[in-house]
Amino acid sequence: MRPFEYGNPSTVKQAISLLGSDWEQAAVLAGGTDLISLMKDYIDTPKRVVNIKSISALRGASEVNGGLRLGATTTFEDLFENPAPLRDFPSLRAAIDGIYSAQMRSMGTVGGDLLQRPRCWYYRNGFGLLALDSKGQSLVPHGDNRYHAIFGNAGPAYFVSPSSLAPPLVALGATLRIQGPKGERELPVAELFRIPRHTGEREHTIQPKEILTEILLPASARRLRNATYEVRERHFMDWPLATASVALRMEGRRVRQARVVLGQVAPIPWRAEGAERELAGKTLDEAVATRAGEAATVGAHPLSKNGYKVQLVRVAVKRALLAAIA
Amino acid sequence: MTKELIRLKVNGETHELAIAPNKLLLDVLREDLGLTGSKRGCDDSSCGCCTVLIDGMPMLSCVALATSYQDAEITTVEGLARDGELDPVQEAFMSWGGAQCGFCTPGFLMTTHALLEKNPDPTLDQVREALASNICRCTGYTQIYESVLAAAQKIREKRKNEIAISK
Repeated sequence: MRPFEYGNPSTVKQAISLLGSDWEQAAVLAGGTDLISLMKDYIDTPKRVVNIKSISALRGASEVNGGLRLGATTTFEDLFENPAPLRDFPSLRAAIDGIYSAQMRSMGTVGGDLLQRPRCWYYRNGFGLLALDSKGQSLVPHGDNRYHAIFGNAGPAYFVSPSSLAPPLVALGATLRIQGPKGERELPVAELFRIPRHTGEREHTIQPKEILTEILLPASARRLRNATYEVRERHFMDWPLATASVALRMEGRRVRQARVVLGQVAPIPWRAEGAERELAGKTLDEAVATRAGEAATVGAHPLSKNGYKVQLVRVAVKRALLAAIA
Repeated sequence: MTKELIRLKVNGETHELAIAPNKLLLDVLREDLGLTGSKRGCDDSSCGCCTVLIDGMPMLSCVALATSYQDAEITTVEGLARDGELDPVQEAFMSWGGAQCGFCTPGFLMTTHALLEKNPDPTLDQVREALASNICRCTGYTQIYESVLAAAQKIREKRKNEIAISK
């Protein structure tokens, strides 16, 4: 790990004053499970590390205006041990339950889950986020792309968004509070993510001088039937291969409006709009769920080794839908 | 690099140490404090060999900066035994063959200790889940799970006796 200067502020304002104008200047440290790993491998080499775990206001889950507020440094274990605040959000609980590692649960934070960097093995082995060779060509399409994207992969980005919480949060219409030198802004979780178009652009829209402080779920989200279904290679201790998270506005057994969001299959949490259209106005049963799963795969462009993910999407969407109305 | 003075509370004892801010907790434990029970296995937060308890929670000391845990109570495997008496988890691993080469054992002991503090009557599935991110390449895990269940029973009996005595 490169040497760095360490900052341990006790307020968000102090923390922001310690950040720099580009990512090389400073990095925000929360649970550290991702950042420290990246720093140990010299993938990330910030000159300063700003620990935000000493800012007590950033940790904890509470009800606010009938909705839910999650402080960015709330750990998975905090929620696992006291799941009461999540009672109307089984889709979030499922995503949290999916993080099996006791150590990751104790250390990992909800903000860190959203802001963790992709697991793409080219990126993790020093080829950069876009995995380019010396001629500027991506290594992914002809390489080992079994865990890469099947949507949003027209290039140059092929990695997948690794966040467990993003699919349910996007489906539920959650927003984020982000603080920076000019004050606070709020943005939909979906807008935190983008597909980078060139080297130097990150997959998150948060700026180097900003800190993610809160995740907010509106009171109206409590009325949505919601569920998450993750498909994984091993039962324990792994990122899912494909995730589907659904949030349904129902009228009796009829779906008035559906949001279907896929994880681990695109560089961003992927809205399956085909599935959403398929569901609107329908009475949800197994046949409709199956058709929605099929519709979710429209537009998929599997690479040479990840065609299996198309079937996983079909199944994940169907099972998430059936779980939501069970 | 400039060293900084930090204060670290490990196994109930407070140490003042001059360390660089980029020093991992695992290295401070092993190199500065001579507590070599915690092991560097994979060094990429996959194997659990470096697990220590921080404020009672199992955490990976190989992705933890020592300087970030100055206000915490850190427990390593060296701190499990009390007054010369092994912790029930250690005893059970010994009696039930929960260790073979022993390299992963400190990590297993710490994760198990944290599990049984919270839940002294776990099902086999709960044990498997709690230990999912501790990897052992010798035992095939069966003896480890048996050790954990035996330790759980021992802890329950001990608590029952303590309650009986206090009555």
